Amino acid sequence: MSDTTHHIVSYRTYALILLLLLVLTATSVAVTQIELTRWATIVALLLASTKSAIVLAIFMHLKFDQTVYKVMTIFVVLVIIAVIVLTFFDYGFR
Amino acid sequence: MSESIAHHDEHRDDEGSKLGIWLFIFTELLFFGGLFVTYAVYRHAHPQAFHMAAQQLDVAVGTINTVILLISSMTIAMATTAIQKKDKGTTLILIGITLVLALVFLVNKYFEWGSKINHGIWPGSPLLDELGKGDTLFFALYFFMTGLHALHIIIGMVLIAVILVRVRKGKITHDNFQLLENGGLYWHLVDLIWIFLFPLFYLIT
Repeated sequence: MSDTTHHIVSYRTYALILLLLLVLTATSVAVTQIELTRWATIVALLLASTKSAIVLAIFMHLKFDQTVYKVMTIFVVLVIIAVIVLTFFDYGFR
Repeated sequence: MSESIAHHDEHRDDEGSKLGIWLFIFTELLFFGGLFVTYAVYRHAHPQAFHMAAQQLDVAVGTINTVILLISSMTIAMATTAIQKKDKGTTLILIGITLVLALVFLVNKYFEWGSKINHGIWPGSPLLDELGKGDTLFFALYFFMTGLHALHIIIGMVLIAVILVRVRKGKITHDNFQLLENGGLYWHLVDLIWIFLFPLFYLIT
């Protein structure tokens, strides 16, 4: 059973991560409520991506897990991005 | 000694179990990814209608539900820490808080959907027919995607309730907690999806 060495993440780390996520949420609400330009959309999506990266890394333990999980997750994210980009190469230029 | 032999006989593969839940999470990400692409394409096709329709959603309710899910993600993650520290009491409390937060999320969703339906907005409603194609698409996607997400919340609650009982019964322990970790991973997935649903439907108008 010693092959599964689990990294114990402290309560403090989780609490700090939650705080960070809440700050990012508040920022995205503030940015989109104040400004009504195209930038607000981009900023909101960038903040959402940052938040998901934090959730994946800490809450979902990717940072502490074996590399294979990181590689697979990055691959899946790239597939989704590729589908979005390819779709808009079509719809964007109609 | 006899106990350790019994331990060996029990077929257990924690790493394989974790790999399994991750593969499932990937299929879910691709599934919702497809829906996000659908949303993006229709938003691109009907920017004005989506702009007007999105303003009808309540940012406050969306924000409260975001905060609820983020906190519940933290509590279920902390439960894994607690069980590893052999602290059964704290583990149970943290799992219990997660369940309560999930329920509060659903109650908010109920009132949110209820107020939309009271205003004559539901998939296929006469009002949406009048408003036109863009609004119909926006609200169809809104009800489908948040509804599918709520279904994931309900499934997550059942899973977490099972975990709660198993921790209580002493079947999930400090050296056998993969089910708790897998349940947590699934719960974080539900959180991840909401992290994108929230800005796309509530914030970006």
